[in-house]
Amino acid sequence: MRHAFPFSAIVGQDEMKRALVLTAIDAGIGGVLVFGDRGTGKSTAVRALAALLPTIRVAEGCPYNCDGQSPKTCPHCSQAKSRKKPKTVDVPTPVIDLPLGATEDRVVGALDVERALTEGKKVFEPGLLARANRGYLYIDEANLLEDHIVDLLLDVAQTGENLVEREGLSVRHDARFVLVGSGNPEEGELRPQLLDRFGLSVDVASPNDLEERISVIKRRDAFDRDPDGFVAEWQGENDALRARILAGRERIGTIATSDDTLRDCARLCIALGSDGLRGELTLLRTARAHAAYTGRDEITLDDLRIVAPSALRHRLRRDPLDDAGSTARVERVIADVLG
Amino acid sequence: MSGSDAWTLAAQALAAFAVDPGTLGGLWIRARSGPVRDRLVAALNAAVSAQRLSPLADDAQLYGGIDVAATLAASKPVFAEGMLARGGVCLVPMAERISPELAGRLGVALDGGRLSLVALDEGTEDEVLPSALQDRLACRLSLDGLAHGDCPEFSLPDIAAAQARLAGVALPPEALQQLAVLAAHLGISSLRAPLHALRVARARMALGDEPEAALEAAIRLTLAPRMLTPPQTEEEDEAEDDTPPDQPDDQGEQNDQSQQQTDEELLLEAAKALLPDDLLAAVAKMPSGGGTAGASKAGAKRSGNRRGRRLPSRRGKASSAGKIDLLATLRTAAPWQPMRRKARPDDPRPILIEAGDIHTRRTQDVSDRVIVFAVDASGSTALARLAEAKGAIEILLAEAYARRDHVALIAFRGEGAEVLLPPTRSIVQTKRRLAALPGGGGTPLAAGLRAAHSVLDLARRKGMAPTLVILTDGVANIALDGEPGRAKAGADALEMARALRMQNAPCILIDTARRTQPLARELSEALDARYVAMPRADARKMASAVAGELA
Repeated sequence: MRHAFPFSAIVGQDEMKRALVLTAIDAGIGGVLVFGDRGTGKSTAVRALAALLPTIRVAEGCPYNCDGQSPKTCPHCSQAKSRKKPKTVDVPTPVIDLPLGATEDRVVGALDVERALTEGKKVFEPGLLARANRGYLYIDEANLLEDHIVDLLLDVAQTGENLVEREGLSVRHDARFVLVGSGNPEEGELRPQLLDRFGLSVDVASPNDLEERISVIKRRDAFDRDPDGFVAEWQGENDALRARILAGRERIGTIATSDDTLRDCARLCIALGSDGLRGELTLLRTARAHAAYTGRDEITLDDLRIVAPSALRHRLRRDPLDDAGSTARVERVIADVLG
Repeated sequence: MSGSDAWTLAAQALAAFAVDPGTLGGLWIRARSGPVRDRLVAALNAAVSAQRLSPLADDAQLYGGIDVAATLAASKPVFAEGMLARGGVCLVPMAERISPELAGRLGVALDGGRLSLVALDEGTEDEVLPSALQDRLACRLSLDGLAHGDCPEFSLPDIAAAQARLAGVALPPEALQQLAVLAAHLGISSLRAPLHALRVARARMALGDEPEAALEAAIRLTLAPRMLTPPQTEEEDEAEDDTPPDQPDDQGEQNDQSQQQTDEELLLEAAKALLPDDLLAAVAKMPSGGGTAGASKAGAKRSGNRRGRRLPSRRGKASSAGKIDLLATLRTAAPWQPMRRKARPDDPRPILIEAGDIHTRRTQDVSDRVIVFAVDASGSTALARLAEAKGAIEILLAEAYARRDHVALIAFRGEGAEVLLPPTRSIVQTKRRLAALPGGGGTPLAAGLRAAHSVLDLARRKGMAPTLVILTDGVANIALDGEPGRAKAGADALEMARALRMQNAPCILIDTARRTQPLARELSEALDARYVAMPRADARKMASAVAGELA
């Protein structure tokens, strides 16, 4: 396997990188939706995550990535003959690609038809949700994925559990993962109901700044010519970022939330006319993760200001005549409300 | 550019690709199958060993899996390697048939650098390589219109020697910057393009090109076919001195940074010197890089909401992609039962089915079509015209019913628009609503278009392919906010029409005015609609005109 491009070497696209890092600190924020042009580093950023994130400890050979601490609840580890807890190993955080044409069977898992027909055995073949447990599930071109698959993914992502009842099988396993969807808005949009269920959304564009474009090409070219050297060169930065993520995870439980902050969240959401309370909750969680990431003890106005566009942009009602786009609208309202 | 130049360029592309397939990603060759293309492929095959990949390849072929036949023979699991695991160069004939799903998977593999593609695209205008792949393949070539005589056989230079030189090749240090500037100048937003150019230039130098020649070939092969805005000549540049051609939106920002701007101008001047003089002529006829039309169509086909006609079931590995056709599977297994029983008398299964018997069911996914009628029922259209319009719609409804199309009906009159009928197949309901539709009042054209916009949006989300038919004289007099006034109403309508155009749905505007109006024509242009003038037409003529446009 070739090296992935180092996460910290990605030029610009700060909002996208921040969204991914914040979900690494608090997976409860929910999924991330990245929309933008081709060749803007969407896939690069997601695939770089695996090398960036801390490793997780899993039971050896478990297809569901369970941590081996409570083997009874895992369909694989509960079958083990010995009563002892399974051996564990450290593996990179899984970042699983979900191919576009994936069918429901492949995603949730299904009866292994081949073994059923040729051996006459009824065996459950775990799907992609099992492999993504405790990691990230990445859908490139999420807007082209069939709606019922997206529904299913969001549902499982929210409950953290995959329940399969089909073809005489009944399997229940943990499936806690952060869903990352990317897409090109020219090729179709997601239904508003689905948009709302992603925690954060990010618009990416090709950088307009010439210097930035040049340095993107320079770094990518350096990586292509000498992947090992380039990865080694950025190892320090990646390690530092990983340490910050780990520190953020430690800190996040201790962060205070004042009533003023709650009021600010509510005022923002009311001013934007976003439906439901999901916006406020996500905004709060994201701001808290951001405070933890920056090493503060409480959420400040700055935290809100920085994360609000990502947390709220996709929750606005569409206005066919407003060319400015939702980013500009959100920024306008943030400036009005938070001053 | 003459035919032989194009052929030379193709040979250059092929050699560069052979030197460094992994980083270049691949070649996108648009050409009809024929001796010219065969010659190119033959040269490729002589230099690199390429495997063929079907544009309809399934997951088993890509990712591998249990080799059932071998497993049964050896009675232990035998795994077959997939194409992606093997990696290397893949030749894809009929690449325009690659589905967006397959393109997505190949894109992942291309990003990994172990796979590279030579996409032989035989598509016509509306069928092109999915844009996920367009962006990832470095070089684009078109062999259309090349005469056989212009294309002598050739063999590639010593690839192994060039590969050995590749790591030591040094482009001029400013080349990277120049290519980046040039790409921006040509309106290419994807950053993969200048990277590809850099890699091609390097491969060309490894093949022995001088730096200038290498850069020129790289620009011709990677940037030129992708360009959106044609490069401007010096005189035009002078005339438009105050709007930098590459970044018109950022003018304000650029004025603040005039120092930086002059730097950029210098860079741009230097980069433009790289542009071959005949670039415009040299641009081969490639479909635009954005691939918007093709892509959105792919989306529509994909999200088909109806399982269409059954196709004959196909022998194939049982995979999650298709349902098993039990009947066909049993029928295939039946004749072999005595033989298999003899070979395996102890097998407890009543029917001995082997993996090779399995047939999978296939259906054709289609999108339902919905025809959205937006009818101007205002005073100006009322009376005679409205009756004719109703009649035409009734005839169209009958035809739509026969084709199993859905219809939706929007009327606008007085102060606003009303969706009389959301997409439905019920003809009776539609007729009833239509008959009861009163005429008279102002023309809130913009409101009508807005209603059409939301109906179209909804239909799209349900996986239907909408077509919009607007019947109006184009004379609006009620603005979007309900205020009367021609000027504002007209401006609103045009603005709404442009928003509607973004929906990219086929659209027909039927001008119902007694005399053809410039207003209706203007509206149809803003909508990018087909304009059908209907002065003094009766219902039947109107219906046949629309049916003709729809077909």
